[in-house]
Amino acid sequence: MQYQEEQEYTKTIKLKTWKNLLKYVKQFRGKFALVAGFMTTLAVSDVILPLMTRYGIDTFVVPRTAEGLTPFIMAYALLLIVQIAAIFFFIYFASRVEYGICYAIRREGFRKLQELPFSYYDRMPVGYLMSRMTSDARHLGEAFGWGLVDLVWAVVYLSATIVSMTIINWQLTLMILLVLPPLAAVSIYFQKRILASHRDVRKTNSRITGSFNEGIMGAKTTKTLVREEENFQEFSTITSHMKKISIRSASLSAIYLPLVISIGSIATAYLLTEGSHLVLAGAMSLGTVTAFFSYTVNLFEPIHNIAATFAEMQRMQAAAERVLSLLETEPDIQDTKAVENEFGDNFNPKKENWPGIRGEVDFENVTFKYKDGETVLKNFNLHVNVGETIALAGPTGAGKSTIVNLICRFYEPTEGMIKIDGVDYRERSQLWLQSNIGYVLQEPHLFSGPIRDNIRYARKGATDEEVRAAARLVNAEEFILRLENGYDTDVGEGGNRLSTGEKQLISFARAILNNPRIFVLDEATSSVDTETEALIQRAIEKTLEGRTSFIIAHRLSTIRSADRILVIQDGEVTESGTHDKLMQLGGFYHTLYTNQFKEEESRALLDTEA
Amino acid sequence: MEPTKKHSFAPMWRLIKRRKYYFLGAFVATALNVLIGFITPAILAELIDHYLGDKPSRLPDFVNSLIDMLGGRAFAIENLWIFGAALIAINLIKGAFSYLKGRWCAVASEDTAESLRNRLYNHVQHLPYNYHVNAQTGDLLQRGTSDVETIRRFLNVQLMSVFNSVMMIGIALSLMLPVSGTITMLSMLPLPLMLIFSWRFFGTVIKAYRNTETAEGKMSTVLQENLTGMRVVRAFGQQQSEVENFNDANQKHHQTGIRMALLDATYWTSGDLFSAAQMLIIEIACILEAVAGGITVGDMVILITYSGMLMGPTRQLGRILSDAGKSMVALERIDEVLHEPAESLDEEGIEAPLDGDIEFDHVSFSYDENQEVLRDVNFTIKSGQTVALLGATGSGKSTLIHLLQRLYEPTGGEIRIGGMPVSRIPRKHLRQRIGLVLQEPFLYSKTIKDNVAIAVREPRQAAIDVAVRDASAWEFITTSEKGYETLVGERGVTLSGGQKQRIAIARILMKANDILVFDDSLSAVDTQTDAHIRQALKRRSKGVTTIIISHRVTTLSQADKIYVLEKGRITQCGTHDELLAQGGLYARINAIQNGQEVSA
Repeated sequence: MQYQEEQEYTKTIKLKTWKNLLKYVKQFRGKFALVAGFMTTLAVSDVILPLMTRYGIDTFVVPRTAEGLTPFIMAYALLLIVQIAAIFFFIYFASRVEYGICYAIRREGFRKLQELPFSYYDRMPVGYLMSRMTSDARHLGEAFGWGLVDLVWAVVYLSATIVSMTIINWQLTLMILLVLPPLAAVSIYFQKRILASHRDVRKTNSRITGSFNEGIMGAKTTKTLVREEENFQEFSTITSHMKKISIRSASLSAIYLPLVISIGSIATAYLLTEGSHLVLAGAMSLGTVTAFFSYTVNLFEPIHNIAATFAEMQRMQAAAERVLSLLETEPDIQDTKAVENEFGDNFNPKKENWPGIRGEVDFENVTFKYKDGETVLKNFNLHVNVGETIALAGPTGAGKSTIVNLICRFYEPTEGMIKIDGVDYRERSQLWLQSNIGYVLQEPHLFSGPIRDNIRYARKGATDEEVRAAARLVNAEEFILRLENGYDTDVGEGGNRLSTGEKQLISFARAILNNPRIFVLDEATSSVDTETEALIQRAIEKTLEGRTSFIIAHRLSTIRSADRILVIQDGEVTESGTHDKLMQLGGFYHTLYTNQFKEEESRALLDTEA
Repeated sequence: MEPTKKHSFAPMWRLIKRRKYYFLGAFVATALNVLIGFITPAILAELIDHYLGDKPSRLPDFVNSLIDMLGGRAFAIENLWIFGAALIAINLIKGAFSYLKGRWCAVASEDTAESLRNRLYNHVQHLPYNYHVNAQTGDLLQRGTSDVETIRRFLNVQLMSVFNSVMMIGIALSLMLPVSGTITMLSMLPLPLMLIFSWRFFGTVIKAYRNTETAEGKMSTVLQENLTGMRVVRAFGQQQSEVENFNDANQKHHQTGIRMALLDATYWTSGDLFSAAQMLIIEIACILEAVAGGITVGDMVILITYSGMLMGPTRQLGRILSDAGKSMVALERIDEVLHEPAESLDEEGIEAPLDGDIEFDHVSFSYDENQEVLRDVNFTIKSGQTVALLGATGSGKSTLIHLLQRLYEPTGGEIRIGGMPVSRIPRKHLRQRIGLVLQEPFLYSKTIKDNVAIAVREPRQAAIDVAVRDASAWEFITTSEKGYETLVGERGVTLSGGQKQRIAIARILMKANDILVFDDSLSAVDTQTDAHIRQALKRRSKGVTTIIISHRVTTLSQADKIYVLEKGRITQCGTHDELLAQGGLYARINAIQNGQEVSA
């Protein structure tokens, strides 16, 4: 998944973005304060150390006396201990902030993802959302934790150094500080270029991963097409590009530090010359020159840190914006406050207040438009009796899936209303409706874990016996028991260790476990072997019994067993009735039937046109 | 992946030898960089002791005679800027070497990484079909990406760091010893402790880091499953339990993170503790020695700076030693793949015409000795005929047609095309002239147009249009927003199984085929489209021998001849009517499918 990480970068740092993010990280303000405190301590002690050496040289070494050495040693040791303690705590708390922010963003993000409507998922691919929740969250944690560390240290260290130097000799300090502007300019310039080149390298690296993955996944097809050479040519183009930009990036880094140090050495050289003059003239002590020397040599470090932090912030800007846009999207399907008060929300249902359900469904003048304005349903009306089976037929994109999605309240009508048992379903909670609907998807999705847990997914409290009863009802038990660990067999990620047919059977068991009053089936088109096919047929029959059902059917037997077949074309019901009635009508259904299902007719078609 | 396990350095040495000049250059630049780094403190000491103070010079005689020629000590004191200029010059030269070291290292290591990636990729492409059937793709991908990265990092950073550290420690010690034996000894005291500590403890840190990564991996698996299964989550109203589930994984990762924070803090602080102890010891010892008159201020500068230069490299050495084992393991894993026997595409053979009869003569096949997939299969497909194969999953029908392209070699018997044994026909020729559409065809991360045209050199748009129409893919392609330019695959749009199959068929139709094989490759399109495609095939591929594997009676019944395969044997063959009359698997399947389809 790593290579799906898309990388957009904006040019400027927008303070507003970071301010908005603050509300998600404000719980860490105590730790922030601690980190800042420890960094300040560390920076100040870093500035004091050269002064200690200066004192040592001027007080003991030059006059050659050991008098007062013990307190000096004690003070020196104490300073070192303070430093070490500060280091320990800043690393500890900065890491805590890093992991904590990462944790908090993910927790909030996940909860939000459970509430966002399907219209959101239509726009956002899974890979995109994964990147927001994994790498972006991690990078923001790092930026907040360690960016703060670098920034506080650099600012305090730089100011304290300047103060200390100015107190000792302001004329010398002024001259030395002249080197700061060019140092800063070069640092910022290089940090930006280095980060940009790292980004290029990472992007290309993603492409290599993607391409290598494709080389493995497509190897069989590649063989049958004899495309080995061409594939290799394409791959080696990327790797040679990778080599070129990696070397460029490394060279950029290799030139940066020596350059900065060389610029800094102009100040050092000046200090050496001027300091020596002052020492010879007796205007400055040897210890002081030594201390100044340490300060000057280390001046580039805070500058480098500040430049690096700002470059990093700029890089994080895009990540921060993307995460924010996830956290701040308001779900457009939401229960009203009144509904929530009565029936509870998605996370805290008040099941004691939930009314029972019979399963009567009404569409009243329902119109549905997608976000982009495309109208799918127009003034759609439908009354479905309790226990009735409705099969939906029609061309792709005619609105069959939309009807099903509206029933499940994955989408809500743009106009009109949908009533369950005579009441607008928006007057009940989403969870109430969804707890009463059984749903089988075209591509059945299972969660990794044992089969038992997958069936139990419909109702976490179901007993083992209830799970087995559901499996038996849809004829799934036979194959389950044939598996090595029976009900405890791990189905693998996405259920991939099972065949498509087996996954379908389990998804049927799951759908009926809760004995839902309304059942929605989006029938699979993919072929399974004939024996499994028969099992699934029987599972469907069992499942439909006594429930209000909506089926997007691809199998003739399923469609024929329906009480009513609706032909949907361009968002409207064009034909409605039983199989026999629609056949007599000679309309769309008749054509569909003859083309798609009827053997003899298709043979005739081939013969006549061949 | 135990960092302490012994691994041979020989394969790594072979990699290094290939770019020996760059590595050598990098080593020399590193050595010079380190050496020059020691000059600055020496100049400072000389300035303090000899010019600012009255101690004798410590410079070599030839340098001093040079200075004497210019006017000696008095001249230098008059022109103190010389020291400053020397400092700048030294930094520039050192910087130049540092740059060269970085650049040459990068060239050598990136070049190695490039060639490793290319060799691996090329090799993987040429590994036999069966290897890919059984391959653990995730593991293979890891070898081609992160294992190469581990080696690259080793060559780029770690190798030079070890050399750098050893040089640094060696030179520092040899320069410090003449100044003060005792103090040098004192400053060395923490070094071995430091080395062992950072080596050992870094191992623990790495392990904890992997735990954190594993925990994060688990968290993202929960997330991924939730996102891909969002419809199921909502349909069963399980948001609350999903949140609990995720929070659990998120919490676990957070906890490993907290542990990591503690370990990190301990590890880095302990290193600093050693440094601080060393610094304190040196500082006190120097002051005491200086007070006693044993050393000068200049000596003190030298001792303190040099011993400060020792700590960093020692710490790094310990870290690298405990991490470097990984790169040996990585290289072993890569070599393991490279040593897998590949199949050759440039073999000798006879590029025979493939439009003759196809004969299976007592063909047997097994992957291993226990399980025979095909048993004594005998039949002949007449040139230009269309035959269909029916069989349950695992009956061997896919294997049978894979043998035609020599994706596998039969373990017994012989296959002949036009009388020529296929074992004597080069694979490349066979695969180019036999159009095989797999059941789950792979589409490349390219546009639809590029995918359709992928098997031909200079595709004409007209030919693409025809192929796409014949494969019944025209409508869905042209009605989509970007049409032919739609990007598919990993980064593009997700196509349905049926759409993929149709593009795969168009792609095969683009090239010239003597034989066409469809390995259940119409399974995901509806019956009507299936019929359309077959009808188009009949029209455009007249005279091309065609083999179709299918479960659909509608499809099977159209063939000139139908073969039924059961448990690796051909149990029935004949036309639709003949097979119905015989009874058996075909008749049963027909009954089931027609049972659904008996008219109203």
